[in-house]
Amino acid sequence: MTRTREWVHAWLLLLPAMSLLVLFTHYPTVANLWHSLHSTPRANHPSVWVGLDNYRNLIEDPIFWQALTNNLWYAVGTIPLSIALALLMAIWVNDRIPGRGILRLAYFTPTILPMIAVANIWLFFYTPEYGLLEQVLAWFGSAGHNWLGTRSTALPALMVVAIWKEAGFFMIFYLAALQSMSPQLAEAAAIEGASRAYFFRRVTFPLLMPTTLFVLVNAVINAFRMVDHIVVMTRGGPDNATELLLYYIYEIGFRFWDSSYAAALTMVLLAILGIFALLQFSFLERRTHYQ
Amino acid sequence: MTASSIRTGNGGLRVLETAAAWLLGILWVLPLLYAFWAAFHPAEYSTSFSLTAPWTLANFVKAWHAAPFARYFVNTVALVTMVLAAQLVLVTLAAYAFARFEFPGRNVAFALVLMQLMVMPDVLIVENYRTMAALGIKDTILSIGLPYMASAFGIFLLRQTFKTVPRELDEAARVEGCSPLMTLWKVYVPLARPTYLAYALVSVSYHWNNFLWPLIITNSVESRPVTVGLQVFSSTDQGIDWSIISAATLLSTGPLLLAFLLFQRQFVQSFMRAGIR
Amino acid sequence: MRSLFRMLGRALGFAAIVVAGAAQAQGPIEVPFYFPIAVGGPVPKIIDGYATAFEKENPGIQLKPIYTGSYQESIAKALTAVKSGDPPVTSILLSTDMYTLIDEGAIVPFDDLVKTADDHAWLKSFYPAFMENSQTGGKTWGIPFQRSTVVLYYNKEAFKEAGLDPNRPPATWAEMTANAEKLTRRDASGKVTQWGVQIPSSGFPYWLFQGLAIENGANLMNAAGTEVYYDKPEVVGALQYWVDLVNKYKVHPPGIVEWGTTPKDFFERKVAMMWTTTGNLTNVRANAKFDFGVAMLPAMKQRGSPTGGGNFYIFKKSTPAQREAAFKFIKWVTQPERAAQWGIDTGYVAVRADAWDTPEMKKYVAGFPAAAVARDQLPYAKAELSTHDNQRVTKVLNDALQAALTGSKTPAQALKDAQREADRLLRSYK
Repeated sequence: MTRTREWVHAWLLLLPAMSLLVLFTHYPTVANLWHSLHSTPRANHPSVWVGLDNYRNLIEDPIFWQALTNNLWYAVGTIPLSIALALLMAIWVNDRIPGRGILRLAYFTPTILPMIAVANIWLFFYTPEYGLLEQVLAWFGSAGHNWLGTRSTALPALMVVAIWKEAGFFMIFYLAALQSMSPQLAEAAAIEGASRAYFFRRVTFPLLMPTTLFVLVNAVINAFRMVDHIVVMTRGGPDNATELLLYYIYEIGFRFWDSSYAAALTMVLLAILGIFALLQFSFLERRTHYQ
Repeated sequence: MTASSIRTGNGGLRVLETAAAWLLGILWVLPLLYAFWAAFHPAEYSTSFSLTAPWTLANFVKAWHAAPFARYFVNTVALVTMVLAAQLVLVTLAAYAFARFEFPGRNVAFALVLMQLMVMPDVLIVENYRTMAALGIKDTILSIGLPYMASAFGIFLLRQTFKTVPRELDEAARVEGCSPLMTLWKVYVPLARPTYLAYALVSVSYHWNNFLWPLIITNSVESRPVTVGLQVFSSTDQGIDWSIISAATLLSTGPLLLAFLLFQRQFVQSFMRAGIR
Repeated sequence: MRSLFRMLGRALGFAAIVVAGAAQAQGPIEVPFYFPIAVGGPVPKIIDGYATAFEKENPGIQLKPIYTGSYQESIAKALTAVKSGDPPVTSILLSTDMYTLIDEGAIVPFDDLVKTADDHAWLKSFYPAFMENSQTGGKTWGIPFQRSTVVLYYNKEAFKEAGLDPNRPPATWAEMTANAEKLTRRDASGKVTQWGVQIPSSGFPYWLFQGLAIENGANLMNAAGTEVYYDKPEVVGALQYWVDLVNKYKVHPPGIVEWGTTPKDFFERKVAMMWTTTGNLTNVRANAKFDFGVAMLPAMKQRGSPTGGGNFYIFKKSTPAQREAAFKFIKWVTQPERAAQWGIDTGYVAVRADAWDTPEMKKYVAGFPAAAVARDQLPYAKAELSTHDNQRVTKVLNDALQAALTGSKTPAQALKDAQREADRLLRSYK
């Protein structure tokens, strides 16, 4: 009896959020899958069932493979670095460091500034000849780079912007977690003469595991979601060197108007994210169930 | 008195660390510093830095006249408030259900929620546009916020926090005759305050800065947020005018920056209080 | 249950039709009108001013101007709206979007609206170069409004310093190369402090490249928009010249040159000559702290430049009354005086010859002769690259150009690959 009541209560609690999620996440996803198995409707060619044709085209599309590779590098380059920096920042500003308040604000600024505007500022930093980076490098006698206009440096340059944007954001979560950690732990460790590194490795880091899991999930998602700066800074160039999956979806869906092909591409992106999510949950969720 | 007490006696390392922290801080705030520089100086100084550069407010005037920013501000504030209020309620209820209720279909339901972490509304623009048109609420502030109100991000975050609340507290409240909602309100919500604050901060800055979806779903000055106004300055035929973009950036993020600056202490104190308990 | 929903749906639908019908019968004719902004200046204010003035003269029509972002976002918005069944009645979109809009069945030709002799005369008044991108298959699909071409801006002071005649801009490729060599300055360490010439290559390099190709004797596509000529020897030669400017003559900055920063590079004297749109005229005039000149693009076999910019389109999903109203507005706003004023205010090329004969325009050109360069170049101008499946076919070329400019492929190889891919894309439209 009470059990049934608990079920009812639980579902009533879930209902509002669930109905919105169904309407704006699940239904559109299914609709998207459906569309990916059809041809794109054109004026004189209504949409017809084409089975896996769109997926077959995808396999033969070199830009898709390039975007996929780029995106994986982008993920590999941005995720660990932004998380590590976030943790470092959080530890610093959790501490009694001089100017702590200002530092907190400084680290958090990227989250406040809109990417669409700040990407233009980054564009100035990377500009050849008189950009900020070039002006600084000129002091060291090493100028003359075209960071965004060279195939090998364009993607790393965008990765730096992403890390800048992300690390400050993730710092907030680590900071919140560190703040709720009991200070007695540190005091006890100090009395027993534990080194700082040891304390971090054996106490702080394990206690931060739920936060790390959470931050990691978001870092992975953002590695596949952040494209605002690409729109402003490179538009996928030079020659697709900075093409990422979501930007390619945007190009195909909203510039080429091939909505079915974009739907197929979206399914691939969703599959990748799904695989990442499964990996994370099977490996990490287990280790964080200490409560 | 936190981890710092461990490292007394290691002064050299400490200085080095402070220097590193500050260097990183300067790097991180550099785009903002540059925005200040470019916004308050004439265009010819936007790329060269000189102590004798004259100051000006002309860039702000130009930026202000390029779009009805006053109205956009009102819209953005309305949007952010509405989204946050709805999120806090929906997310709290759902997170509570996942954290402390045993019910059939829980894992499936949680997986369905987590789907939104991956299938972000940012990806499903075309389909969601269709839905909004069918509902007849296109070009309203409501339509900008609606897809984001049930936030998997928030549900996940709060569930993590709720799970750390000792079960004994929950049971004690129940024994005293509290209904589930009362327990939620009296036990869980107060304990999760740091999480709420962090989440609110994130939500506000996300929706303050969100761009693509508002651009697509809105048509009129009455519903557009401030980022869409900012778009006037990017990707024009004439190329980039960093002075005006900077001025517009400061105009549009000023309130947010100011709020963080003013309430930074409260945020942190609140974190602390919640943390010590 | 299901039939109940269906009934409810029908009832609601019926109610909606009744309400909409009633509103339409009584109120003024509503004309939603999308416009993008691609230049600085108070464009929304000017457009709103047009709407107010037009409504005053035509009380039965209510014009609703809607600012829709950049060109890219505007076409996205227009086509999304078409798909969801709620398009605007008229919109300014890129002239190169014509085939896309036709293929999507989004627009109607103007031919059915052009009835009177006056209308026909009006249609003939536009520069033929602009109409090339507005007509296909014997029909007119777009009306030129905010149009541009590519021109060469040069720093007269830099010319003087290099011992060149500041009033004699390069007229041929050979002259441009020679001038650029003199204008390229290096410091003691060999680092370039001022480049001779710069042709931006980010975003839409095809547009500037098209100037080179036309000058070398070939345009990039046929008039029906079903074929491209990326691997023609003239086109390969044009790309070879661009690459040579970088690698052989070393007078052009290496790598991809950002479109957005090019005017600033010019203001900062980092480059002495730049190729960019006439739409930059007002900007350069306001921000260049030195004496500058504007010239037609130099010739190889001939002069040449692509046109660019936006046209008016009328959308299919509209009532005849709405179309008439939109047509009326388009005629109204392209009258010579308004076309002239629009050009003066924004820097776009006034789209018809008689606009240049208006007193305001004459006065403007007398005080600022550079404004007329674009007009004088129009006889040599050709249609901007536009085909069926336009964005994709264009991207293929953009990628090839960037591949050659960043050195990952030779010009010949890059363009050969691009041709093959474009042929594949266009196969179904032949």
